[in-house]
Amino acid sequence: MIWVIIIGMAIVTVIPRIIPAFIVDLIQFPDWMNKWLQAIPYAALGALIFPGIMTVVPEKPYIGVIAGVVAIALSWLRIHVILVVLSAILTVFLLTI
Amino acid sequence: MGLEEKQWIKIQIRDGFIAGSPIVLGYLPIAIAYGVLAKQAGMSLMELTGMSLLVYAGAAQFMGAGMIGLGVSALEIIIATFVLNFRHFVMSLSFINQIKHYALKWKFALSLGLTDETFSVSSIYKKQVDQAYGYFFYGTIMLTSYLSWVFGSFLGGVLGDIIPQNLSQSMGVALYAMFIGLLIPSIRKYQRIAIISITAMLINYLVSPYVGQGWGIVVGTIVGALIGIFVLEEDKL
Repeated sequence: MIWVIIIGMAIVTVIPRIIPAFIVDLIQFPDWMNKWLQAIPYAALGALIFPGIMTVVPEKPYIGVIAGVVAIALSWLRIHVILVVLSAILTVFLLTI
Repeated sequence: MGLEEKQWIKIQIRDGFIAGSPIVLGYLPIAIAYGVLAKQAGMSLMELTGMSLLVYAGAAQFMGAGMIGLGVSALEIIIATFVLNFRHFVMSLSFINQIKHYALKWKFALSLGLTDETFSVSSIYKKQVDQAYGYFFYGTIMLTSYLSWVFGSFLGGVLGDIIPQNLSQSMGVALYAMFIGLLIPSIRKYQRIAIISITAMLINYLVSPYVGQGWGIVVGTIVGALIGIFVLEEDKL
């Protein structure tokens, strides 16, 4: 039964991912739509960051927010993304010990 | 194949590996946590690793494993997975549009590897699209991410709860920090991008209590990006 669930989950996950590979060729998007598609990465990043970041330590949402502020500050200073990630992990770790 | 072509492929693979390394760093602890949770939910090592191999979607797998543990029906789990993962349709549409002139086999292969993380990284690196063998760059990002997710899940299933809980919890911030690390340089270059991202954040925050986490991200992304049509100037992205 678990394999039925796994295969069903795999099918409904892969279909939305691959359909665009076949349809983008067929359609000529108007300019505004190309602009919309170009803006999607930045909108998606926003939606993926917040409010999700508040659930890092579910009972203490401010810890995720503090780590986020640390990450914003370091990125703004052009620190490499790997160091930004490690600093955010360290921040949460220090705030939870 | 000439020397120069081999050189290009090597460069693209190396750059893809460098660009994908924050994803690997973010995936490993989360995949391990998934493995531990799936084991506790009663899944075998083969089942939980198989789920990572075939489904390859973090949030949906956490949810699926949790629901399996609770004895929820297969149909409900599959429908919930569809709702949660539908956001990848919007992301895939945007990414495939970016690599529009690639051969169909590359579009197909790369779209199979799309997740929140691989999409975010791949769509920030735009210049590789027009470089020779740029698909090796994106392919390396997809493949290393996928392998680290599958390997991490397996490791989580084997190791169980050796890792201290507050360390694995701290690592949960890794992917959010990576998203921030990808977004901020773009905003620094072109501040109007912030309007798009903040709109998406607020809309997701406001609607997800009503429509759920997956649809919240879908609605936030779609509407936030629509704002982009009005605030972005041509050729600035």
